[in-house]
Amino acid sequence: MTVQGESAEHQWVDDHAGPVVRPYAVTRGRARPVTGTFDLISLVTATRADVTPEVGLGPEHLAIVGLCQRIQSVAEIAAHLDLPVGTIRVLLGDLAARNLVQVREPQTTAGLPDNSIFEAVINGLRAL
Amino acid sequence: MDYGHSDRPAGATPLPTAIKILVAGGFGVGKTTMVGAVSETRPLRTEEVLTETGVGIDDLSGVEGKTTTTVAMDFGRITISDDLVLYLFGTPGQDRFWFVWDELALGAIGAVVLADTRRLADCFPSIDYFEGRGTPFVVAVNCFEGARKYRLDEVQTALNLDPGVPVLLCDARQRESSKEVLVTLMEHAMKTREARRRAAGTD
Repeated sequence: MTVQGESAEHQWVDDHAGPVVRPYAVTRGRARPVTGTFDLISLVTATRADVTPEVGLGPEHLAIVGLCQRIQSVAEIAAHLDLPVGTIRVLLGDLAARNLVQVREPQTTAGLPDNSIFEAVINGLRAL
Repeated sequence: MDYGHSDRPAGATPLPTAIKILVAGGFGVGKTTMVGAVSETRPLRTEEVLTETGVGIDDLSGVEGKTTTTVAMDFGRITISDDLVLYLFGTPGQDRFWFVWDELALGAIGAVVLADTRRLADCFPSIDYFEGRGTPFVVAVNCFEGARKYRLDEVQTALNLDPGVPVLLCDARQRESSKEVLVTLMEHAMKTREARRRAAGTD
Protein backbone atom coordinates (compact mmCIF):
# COMPACT_ATOMS: atom_id res chain seq x y z
CA MET A 1 0.00 0.00 0.00
CA THR A 2 1.13 3.52 -0.70
CA VAL A 3 -0.96 5.24 1.94
CA GLN A 4 1.08 7.59 4.08
CA GLY A 5 1.81 6.46 7.61
CA GLU A 6 -0.25 9.11 9.34
CA SER A 7 -3.45 8.55 7.41
CA ALA A 8 -3.06 4.81 7.72
CA GLU A 9 -2.93 5.29 11.47
CA HIS A 10 -6.02 7.47 11.43
CA GLN A 11 -7.91 4.75 9.67
CA TRP A 12 -7.56 2.74 12.82
CA VAL A 13 -8.54 5.33 15.38
CA ASP A 14 -11.47 7.16 13.79
CA ASP A 15 -15.12 6.35 14.38
CA HIS A 16 -15.08 3.64 11.77
CA ALA A 17 -12.08 1.89 13.22
CA GLY A 18 -14.34 -0.81 14.55
CA PRO A 19 -13.90 -3.07 17.51
CA VAL A 20 -10.73 -3.34 19.53
CA VAL A 21 -11.68 -6.05 21.97
CA ARG A 22 -14.25 -8.74 21.54
CA PRO A 23 -17.05 -7.63 23.89
CA TYR A 24 -17.03 -4.21 22.30
CA ALA A 25 -16.93 -5.77 18.86
CA VAL A 26 -20.30 -7.30 19.53
CA THR A 27 -21.76 -3.96 20.59
CA ARG A 28 -19.89 -2.04 17.88
CA GLY A 29 -18.01 -0.05 20.44
CA ARG A 30 -20.92 0.92 22.64
CA ALA A 31 -20.62 0.58 26.39
CA ARG A 32 -24.19 1.54 27.36
CA PRO A 33 -27.60 0.42 26.16
CA VAL A 34 -29.74 2.89 24.21
CA THR A 35 -32.58 2.27 26.61
CA GLY A 36 -33.10 0.54 29.96
CA THR A 37 -30.82 -0.35 32.86
CA PHE A 38 -31.19 -4.14 32.90
CA ASP A 39 -30.60 -5.44 36.38
CA LEU A 40 -28.93 -8.86 36.54
CA ILE A 41 -32.30 -10.38 37.42
CA SER A 42 -34.47 -8.33 35.10
CA LEU A 43 -36.53 -10.92 33.26
CA VAL A 44 -36.61 -10.88 29.50
CA THR A 45 -38.93 -12.57 27.05
CA ALA A 46 -39.01 -12.30 23.27
CA THR A 47 -42.09 -10.70 21.76
CA ARG A 48 -41.77 -12.72 18.56
CA ALA A 49 -41.07 -16.34 17.79
CA ASP A 50 -38.44 -15.43 15.25
CA VAL A 51 -36.61 -12.38 13.94
CA THR A 52 -35.22 -12.08 10.47
CA PRO A 53 -31.80 -10.46 10.19
CA GLU A 54 -32.09 -6.73 9.61
CA VAL A 55 -29.79 -3.75 9.60
CA GLY A 56 -28.41 -3.10 13.06
CA LEU A 57 -29.02 -6.59 14.37
CA GLY A 58 -26.10 -8.98 14.69
CA PRO A 59 -26.06 -12.72 15.29
CA GLU A 60 -25.91 -12.10 19.05
CA HIS A 61 -29.16 -10.13 18.92
CA LEU A 62 -30.81 -13.02 17.12
CA ALA A 63 -29.34 -15.47 19.62
CA ILE A 64 -30.90 -13.50 22.48
CA VAL A 65 -34.31 -13.56 20.79
CA GLY A 66 -33.93 -17.31 20.33
CA LEU A 67 -32.89 -17.82 23.95
CA CYS A 68 -35.70 -15.63 25.28
CA GLN A 69 -38.46 -17.75 23.80
CA ARG A 70 -38.30 -18.98 27.38
CA ILE A 71 -38.14 -16.31 30.07
CA GLN A 72 -34.54 -15.61 31.06
CA SER A 73 -32.82 -13.20 33.40
CA VAL A 74 -30.13 -10.87 32.10
CA ALA A 75 -27.57 -12.92 34.04
CA GLU A 76 -28.75 -16.15 32.41
CA ILE A 77 -28.58 -14.64 28.93
CA ALA A 78 -25.00 -13.52 29.62
CA ALA A 79 -24.04 -16.95 30.94
CA HIS A 80 -25.60 -18.87 28.06
CA LEU A 81 -24.12 -16.65 25.35
CA ASP A 82 -20.78 -16.48 27.22
CA LEU A 83 -20.61 -12.70 26.93
CA PRO A 84 -20.03 -10.12 29.68
CA VAL A 85 -23.15 -8.68 31.28
CA GLY A 86 -22.30 -5.18 30.04
CA THR A 87 -22.34 -6.44 26.46
CA ILE A 88 -25.67 -8.17 26.94
CA ARG A 89 -27.17 -4.95 28.35
CA VAL A 90 -26.25 -3.05 25.20
CA LEU A 91 -27.72 -5.75 22.96
CA LEU A 92 -30.91 -5.88 25.06
CA GLY A 93 -31.23 -2.11 24.77
CA ASP A 94 -31.21 -2.48 20.98
CA LEU A 95 -33.85 -5.19 21.14
CA ALA A 96 -36.04 -3.28 23.61
CA ALA A 97 -35.86 -0.17 21.40
CA ARG A 98 -37.17 -2.29 18.51
CA ASN A 99 -39.87 -3.82 20.69
CA LEU A 100 -38.41 -7.28 20.11
CA VAL A 101 -38.17 -8.12 23.81
CA GLN A 102 -40.25 -7.40 26.85
CA VAL A 103 -38.43 -6.68 30.09
CA ARG A 104 -39.61 -6.88 33.66
CA GLU A 105 -37.45 -5.25 36.28
CA PRO A 106 -37.14 -6.96 39.66
CA GLN A 107 -39.29 -6.11 42.62
CA THR A 108 -37.57 -4.19 45.40
CA THR A 109 -38.14 -5.35 48.96
CA ALA A 110 -39.30 -1.89 49.98
CA GLY A 111 -41.88 -1.93 47.21
CA LEU A 112 -43.53 -5.15 48.34
CA PRO A 113 -47.09 -4.52 49.49
CA ASP A 114 -47.15 -7.32 52.05
CA ASN A 115 -45.42 -10.52 53.14
CA SER A 116 -46.91 -12.71 50.44
CA ILE A 117 -43.68 -12.99 48.43
CA PHE A 118 -41.70 -13.98 51.53
CA GLU A 119 -44.30 -16.57 52.42
CA ALA A 120 -44.40 -17.88 48.88
CA VAL A 121 -40.61 -18.27 48.81
CA ILE A 122 -40.54 -19.99 52.21
CA ASN A 123 -43.28 -22.42 51.18
CA GLY A 124 -41.67 -22.95 47.80
CA LEU A 125 -38.28 -23.73 49.33
CA ARG A 126 -39.80 -26.18 51.81
CA ALA A 127 -41.58 -27.94 48.95
CA LEU A 128 -38.39 -28.38 46.89
CA MET B 1 -36.48 3.24 34.44
CA ASP B 2 -38.95 3.34 31.61
CA TYR B 3 -38.59 0.76 28.90
CA GLY B 4 -41.07 2.52 26.65
CA HIS B 5 -41.88 -0.01 24.01
CA SER B 6 -41.43 -3.12 26.07
CA ASP B 7 -44.93 -3.27 27.54
CA ARG B 8 -46.74 -6.41 26.67
CA PRO B 9 -50.13 -6.00 25.03
CA ALA B 10 -53.07 -5.88 27.41
CA GLY B 11 -54.36 -9.28 28.35
CA ALA B 12 -51.05 -11.09 27.89
CA THR B 13 -49.56 -13.13 30.72
CA PRO B 14 -47.38 -10.93 32.91
CA LEU B 15 -43.75 -11.87 33.40
CA PRO B 16 -42.90 -13.43 36.75
CA THR B 17 -41.39 -11.49 39.61
CA ALA B 18 -37.69 -12.13 40.16
CA ILE B 19 -36.02 -11.79 43.53
CA LYS B 20 -32.46 -12.48 44.60
CA ILE B 21 -30.54 -13.70 47.57
CA LEU B 22 -26.79 -13.27 47.88
CA VAL B 23 -24.40 -15.91 49.17
CA ALA B 24 -21.28 -14.24 50.54
CA GLY B 25 -18.21 -15.22 52.52
CA GLY B 26 -14.50 -15.75 52.14
CA PHE B 27 -12.71 -17.51 49.33
CA GLY B 28 -13.29 -21.26 49.27
CA VAL B 29 -15.97 -21.23 51.97
CA GLY B 30 -18.52 -23.00 49.78
CA LYS B 31 -20.57 -20.24 48.17
CA THR B 32 -20.87 -21.88 44.76
CA THR B 33 -21.38 -25.25 46.44
CA MET B 34 -24.40 -23.89 48.29
CA VAL B 35 -25.79 -22.23 45.16
CA GLY B 36 -25.44 -25.54 43.33
CA ALA B 37 -26.99 -27.55 46.15
CA VAL B 38 -30.34 -25.78 45.94
CA SER B 39 -30.40 -24.55 42.35
CA GLU B 40 -32.52 -26.33 39.75
CA THR B 41 -29.58 -26.38 37.33
CA ARG B 42 -25.85 -26.48 37.87
CA PRO B 43 -24.52 -23.03 38.78
CA LEU B 44 -24.09 -20.66 35.85
CA ARG B 45 -21.30 -18.15 35.60
CA THR B 46 -21.63 -14.58 34.44
CA GLU B 47 -18.88 -12.05 34.04
CA GLU B 48 -18.43 -8.32 34.22
CA VAL B 49 -15.49 -6.89 32.34
CA LEU B 50 -14.06 -3.81 33.98
CA THR B 51 -11.39 -1.40 32.93
CA GLU B 52 -9.17 0.38 35.42
CA THR B 53 -10.82 3.67 34.53
CA GLY B 54 -14.11 2.28 35.76
CA VAL B 55 -17.37 1.16 34.32
CA GLY B 56 -19.68 3.08 32.04
CA ILE B 57 -16.95 4.91 30.16
CA ASP B 58 -18.02 5.43 26.60
CA ASP B 59 -14.73 6.58 25.16
CA LEU B 60 -12.91 3.43 24.23
CA SER B 61 -9.98 5.02 22.43
CA GLY B 62 -6.75 3.67 23.82
CA VAL B 63 -8.59 0.77 25.37
CA GLU B 64 -5.75 -1.50 24.43
CA GLY B 65 -3.58 0.18 27.04
CA LYS B 66 -6.01 -0.28 29.92
CA THR B 67 -5.96 -3.13 32.34
CA THR B 68 -9.17 -5.07 32.15
CA THR B 69 -10.38 -7.19 35.00
CA THR B 70 -13.00 -9.85 34.76
CA VAL B 71 -15.17 -10.37 37.81
CA ALA B 72 -17.02 -13.66 37.74
CA MET B 73 -20.22 -14.39 39.61
CA ASP B 74 -21.75 -17.82 40.00
CA PHE B 75 -25.48 -18.00 40.31
CA GLY B 76 -28.40 -20.38 40.30
CA ARG B 77 -32.13 -20.30 39.88
CA ILE B 78 -35.08 -21.73 41.78
CA THR B 79 -38.47 -21.43 40.12
CA ILE B 80 -40.84 -21.02 43.05
CA SER B 81 -43.98 -20.76 40.93
CA ASP B 82 -45.17 -19.52 37.55
CA ASP B 83 -45.01 -15.97 38.80
CA LEU B 84 -42.02 -16.06 41.16
CA VAL B 85 -38.38 -16.87 40.43
CA LEU B 86 -35.59 -16.81 43.02
CA TYR B 87 -31.98 -16.23 41.98
CA LEU B 88 -29.02 -17.00 44.20
CA PHE B 89 -25.81 -15.11 43.52
CA GLY B 90 -22.44 -15.98 44.95
CA THR B 91 -20.60 -12.72 45.56
CA PRO B 92 -17.15 -12.28 44.05
CA GLY B 93 -14.62 -13.42 46.62
CA GLN B 94 -12.25 -10.51 46.20
CA ASP B 95 -13.29 -7.72 48.51
CA ARG B 96 -11.89 -5.06 46.22
CA PHE B 97 -14.80 -5.49 43.84
CA TRP B 98 -17.18 -3.61 46.11
CA PHE B 99 -18.90 -1.89 43.21
CA VAL B 100 -19.93 -5.29 41.89
CA TRP B 101 -21.28 -6.07 45.34
CA ASP B 102 -23.26 -2.83 45.25
CA GLU B 103 -24.91 -3.89 42.04
CA LEU B 104 -25.63 -7.35 43.40
CA ALA B 105 -26.93 -6.09 46.73
CA LEU B 106 -29.26 -3.57 45.12
CA GLY B 107 -32.73 -5.01 45.56
CA ALA B 108 -31.48 -8.20 47.21
CA ILE B 109 -34.04 -9.59 49.62
CA GLY B 110 -31.29 -10.85 51.94
CA ALA B 111 -27.91 -12.51 52.19
CA VAL B 112 -26.34 -15.66 53.54
CA VAL B 113 -22.87 -15.13 54.99
CA LEU B 114 -21.05 -18.44 54.91
CA ALA B 115 -18.40 -18.86 57.58
CA ASP B 116 -15.61 -21.35 58.12
CA THR B 117 -14.62 -21.56 61.79
CA ARG B 118 -11.00 -22.19 60.81
CA ARG B 119 -10.90 -18.81 59.07
CA LEU B 120 -13.64 -16.87 60.78
CA ALA B 121 -12.12 -13.48 59.95
CA ASP B 122 -12.70 -14.13 56.24
CA CYS B 123 -16.39 -13.36 56.64
CA PHE B 124 -15.90 -10.07 58.53
CA PRO B 125 -15.95 -7.92 55.37
CA SER B 126 -19.23 -9.51 54.24
CA ILE B 127 -20.85 -8.95 57.64
CA ASP B 128 -19.65 -5.34 57.76
CA TYR B 129 -20.95 -4.79 54.27
CA PHE B 130 -24.47 -6.10 54.89
CA GLU B 131 -24.70 -4.41 58.31
CA GLY B 132 -23.72 -1.14 56.67
CA ARG B 133 -26.28 -1.49 53.91
CA GLY B 134 -29.05 -2.74 56.16
CA THR B 135 -29.43 -5.92 54.10
CA PRO B 136 -30.96 -8.68 56.26
CA PHE B 137 -28.51 -11.57 56.62
CA VAL B 138 -27.92 -14.82 58.44
CA VAL B 139 -24.57 -16.42 59.25
CA ALA B 140 -24.32 -20.05 58.21
CA VAL B 141 -21.33 -21.92 59.58
CA ASN B 142 -20.31 -24.44 56.96
CA CYS B 143 -19.23 -27.55 58.80
CA PHE B 144 -16.02 -28.66 57.15
CA GLU B 145 -14.64 -32.04 58.07
CA GLY B 146 -11.77 -31.70 60.47
CA ALA B 147 -12.82 -28.24 61.62
CA ARG B 148 -13.26 -27.86 65.35
CA LYS B 149 -16.88 -27.55 66.30
CA TYR B 150 -17.83 -24.35 68.06
CA ARG B 151 -21.09 -23.58 69.77
CA LEU B 152 -23.25 -21.14 67.88
CA ASP B 153 -23.17 -18.61 70.70
CA GLU B 154 -19.36 -18.72 70.55
CA VAL B 155 -19.51 -17.88 66.84
CA GLN B 156 -22.04 -15.14 67.53
CA THR B 157 -19.76 -13.61 70.15
CA ALA B 158 -16.64 -13.98 68.01
CA LEU B 159 -18.37 -12.20 65.13
CA ASN B 160 -19.77 -9.53 67.45
CA LEU B 161 -23.17 -9.97 65.84
CA ASP B 162 -26.37 -8.21 66.73
CA PRO B 163 -28.32 -10.74 68.86
CA GLY B 164 -31.13 -10.68 66.29
CA VAL B 165 -28.94 -12.10 63.52
CA PRO B 166 -29.57 -15.83 63.15
CA VAL B 167 -26.51 -18.08 63.27
CA LEU B 168 -26.84 -21.68 62.21
CA LEU B 169 -24.75 -24.67 61.23
CA CYS B 170 -25.00 -26.04 57.75
CA ASP B 171 -23.48 -28.38 55.22
CA ALA B 172 -23.38 -26.38 51.99
CA ARG B 173 -23.15 -29.61 49.95
CA GLN B 174 -26.51 -30.81 51.23
CA ARG B 175 -29.69 -29.62 49.60
CA GLU B 176 -31.83 -29.95 52.73
CA SER B 177 -29.31 -28.12 54.87
CA SER B 178 -28.91 -25.29 52.35
CA LYS B 179 -32.69 -25.03 51.98
CA GLU B 180 -32.99 -24.63 55.74
CA VAL B 181 -30.46 -21.78 55.63
CA LEU B 182 -32.49 -20.01 52.95
CA VAL B 183 -35.76 -20.52 54.83
CA THR B 184 -34.16 -19.08 57.98
CA LEU B 185 -32.96 -16.11 55.96
CA MET B 186 -36.38 -15.49 54.43
CA GLU B 187 -38.05 -15.65 57.86
CA HIS B 188 -35.45 -13.25 59.25
CA ALA B 189 -35.85 -10.89 56.27
CA MET B 190 -39.61 -10.90 56.72
CA LYS B 191 -39.31 -10.09 60.44
CA THR B 192 -36.77 -7.36 59.71
CA ARG B 193 -39.09 -5.80 57.17
CA GLU B 194 -42.06 -5.88 59.54
CA ALA B 195 -39.99 -4.34 62.33
CA ARG B 196 -38.84 -1.55 60.02
CA ARG B 197 -42.36 -0.85 58.88
CA ARG B 198 -43.56 -0.68 62.45
CA ALA B 199 -40.71 1.67 63.35
CA ALA B 200 -41.48 3.86 60.37
CA GLY B 201 -45.17 3.93 61.29
CA THR B 202 -44.60 5.11 64.87
CA ASP B 203 -42.07 7.80 63.98
